[in-house]
Amino acid sequence: MSTLATATGSGGASGTARDDEATPRRGRRRHGIEERRNLTGWVFLLPAALLIGAMSFYPMAQAFILSLKTGRGTRLNFADPLWYNYQRLLQDDIFKLTVQNTFVYLIIQVPIMLVIALILANLLNDRNLRFKGLWRTAIFLPCAVGLVSYSLVFRTIFATDGLVNDMLMGLHFIDSPINWLGQTGTARIVIILGLLWRWTGYNMVFYLAAMQNLDYSTLEAAKIDGAGPFKTFWYVTVPQLRPMILLTAILSTNGTIQLFDESWNLTQGGPAYTTMSMSHYLFELSFQKNPNFGYGAALSYVILIMVAILAAIQMKVGDKRD
Amino acid sequence: MNKLQKFASLALALPLSIALAACGGGATAPAPTTTSAAASGPKSGTVTVWCWDPAFNIYAMNEAAKIYNKDNPDVKINVVETSWDDVQTKLTTLAQSRETKQLPDIFLMQNNAFQKNVINYPEMFSDFSKSSVDFSQFPAGVTAYSTVDNKNYGLPFDNGTAVLALRTDVLKEAGFTADDFTNITWSDFIAKAKVVKEKTKKPLLSNTSGSGDMAMMMLQSAGASLFDENGNPTISGNQALLKSIETYKELVSSGVLTEVNSWDEYVGSFVNGNVAGTLNGVWILGSVQTAKDQSGKWAITNLPKLDGVTGATNYSANGGSSWAISSNANYELASDFLAKTFAGSKQLFDTILPSSGAVANWLPMADSSVYAEPQEFFGGQPVFQKVIEFSKQVPKNNTGVYYYEGRDAVSAAVTKIINGTDPAAALDEAQKTVEFAMK
Repeated sequence: MSTLATATGSGGASGTARDDEATPRRGRRRHGIEERRNLTGWVFLLPAALLIGAMSFYPMAQAFILSLKTGRGTRLNFADPLWYNYQRLLQDDIFKLTVQNTFVYLIIQVPIMLVIALILANLLNDRNLRFKGLWRTAIFLPCAVGLVSYSLVFRTIFATDGLVNDMLMGLHFIDSPINWLGQTGTARIVIILGLLWRWTGYNMVFYLAAMQNLDYSTLEAAKIDGAGPFKTFWYVTVPQLRPMILLTAILSTNGTIQLFDESWNLTQGGPAYTTMSMSHYLFELSFQKNPNFGYGAALSYVILIMVAILAAIQMKVGDKRD
Repeated sequence: MNKLQKFASLALALPLSIALAACGGGATAPAPTTTSAAASGPKSGTVTVWCWDPAFNIYAMNEAAKIYNKDNPDVKINVVETSWDDVQTKLTTLAQSRETKQLPDIFLMQNNAFQKNVINYPEMFSDFSKSSVDFSQFPAGVTAYSTVDNKNYGLPFDNGTAVLALRTDVLKEAGFTADDFTNITWSDFIAKAKVVKEKTKKPLLSNTSGSGDMAMMMLQSAGASLFDENGNPTISGNQALLKSIETYKELVSSGVLTEVNSWDEYVGSFVNGNVAGTLNGVWILGSVQTAKDQSGKWAITNLPKLDGVTGATNYSANGGSSWAISSNANYELASDFLAKTFAGSKQLFDTILPSSGAVANWLPMADSSVYAEPQEFFGGQPVFQKVIEFSKQVPKNNTGVYYYEGRDAVSAAVTKIINGTDPAAALDEAQKTVEFAMK
């Protein structure tokens, strides 16, 4: 990022230099080198930039146009008024419910996950810990499991005659099996548990990586000053990890708002839409029910705006602490 | 650039890579071959088919290919296993990106989804008007699913007639026979099932929670639908629907129906013997028969009927599917193939019936000797002849374009009502949901 900024910055400077006829020789030579360096930078950037443009930004622009259209099947026309699909979203009770569901996941799951990830990372960063590689791999491994397959495993574990019910009944905590996935509250808990299992290790790796860059002498100094493990963690480690915490918070928020697989595979959105995520609803609108792509596209733009707003808030909050 | 545009429009509604990945399946449809065949005489070429169940419709298709190959040895039927969800997603994606060239020649479609797809994407289908299929040889209630503007777009394949399958050994333990559950009402059923539950600890039915299929079967058994003839929703204040949901609620609360969370759990519940019966389309017998140790211990009968609803019958249907010819097909070959097999070969249906339980909708099969054969698994009952008898009495159902919206809204209402919401209010809300979807 920073190289890009300098490259364009000096590019602008050399541009003014070229316009000036009376530039001394020395200046011209510098300008030549810079231009070449600048050009090399662009050549390296070009393939990725083109691909991102064609695969990401072009469809996004098309999706925006689509979100202004209504109609049946492929026979779509611009809506009247243009923002009809967005207006419609405000009246859609199921959409409101899915927003609520998604935010329940977000507000409960992301903080818990990040705290656990931080603690785990701190524990695994201990220089005296044995079998460090083994622990790290074990905690990171869930991340390598396919979203669908882990969802199916969770669904089996939490089935009415599944492992969890058998265990709880065996230990006499409950008398009759709990229908985990059939009730709103418990179904949401199962989804949150699934997300925690799948993603905690992933965030832990970010923290571990950041901890490698911490100056060990700061931790040593804290120890010499008499700080216990908790105080060292809270007053020395965490403040230094702040940029990474911000990054993981944004990534997790983004990921949770776009949650799809767990909602789709674990509960099918049920009971009565109370565990359905926004993306799941979007998929249902476009592919399962009477296809309404314009409306689906409008929904996807609302999700985009939500992600953008939340990321902006988090960046603001992250900045203030500095 | 045009190609790119098409590709990009495929991804239009989904800036979310997550949603895209979930569509899965890979879009590697084999390029359909276009071979011209002479109008008469043996034909040649390849027919690509999308269907989904190796033990059921894929098997049937392969058997059909064998029969057709006797007269037309140069025709290759290429069956591509594609789950129903994938068929629907692929059709939508291909239609939306106008890539009809990627369509197979023939694909199988759920009857309930037929109207929706034909009306939204007429450019994906070829109608059967130029084929030699005689649609008068199919029950009108079944062809109605795939008829739009008086044109037939689907050749009915499997029969969705609903049956009540029961474990006779469990019933015997409680002092009942299958006859005690024949031609009865739901209140009778619940009373008797409670006795069974008390004496054997086994519920008689299971259902996936949050699935409205059971309520929908009850609804259709009374000749009622979620939509009227013009496709307007009739959920709010629908007496038959209200009664269906109340009955379902009573089944759950009395413990004679146990709710499970997924299809595999549902099938497991009766295959493992935890539940002593099931109520579903006749195709469920394929799953029932996987429990080899229960051979001879099953019997089928008709459905209980709703109490106090005018037009209530003991017959209903759930599911069933029909073959469609795509607009990209080698029409002459594909239609000739279907006409000579699924609409013209007794041998085909006689072959696939015993091994897969695929019951024909093709009426000439009613007097087939294979259908009249006693089935050992069902204690010597001539199960399939019974099903054909049932199927003639199934009331018609208006699915309309918004069938899935209606069904899902009702499913949500069922869940809410079971959790204590006032039934009439829940149905009003469901009506509003469907009306909103139709706006």
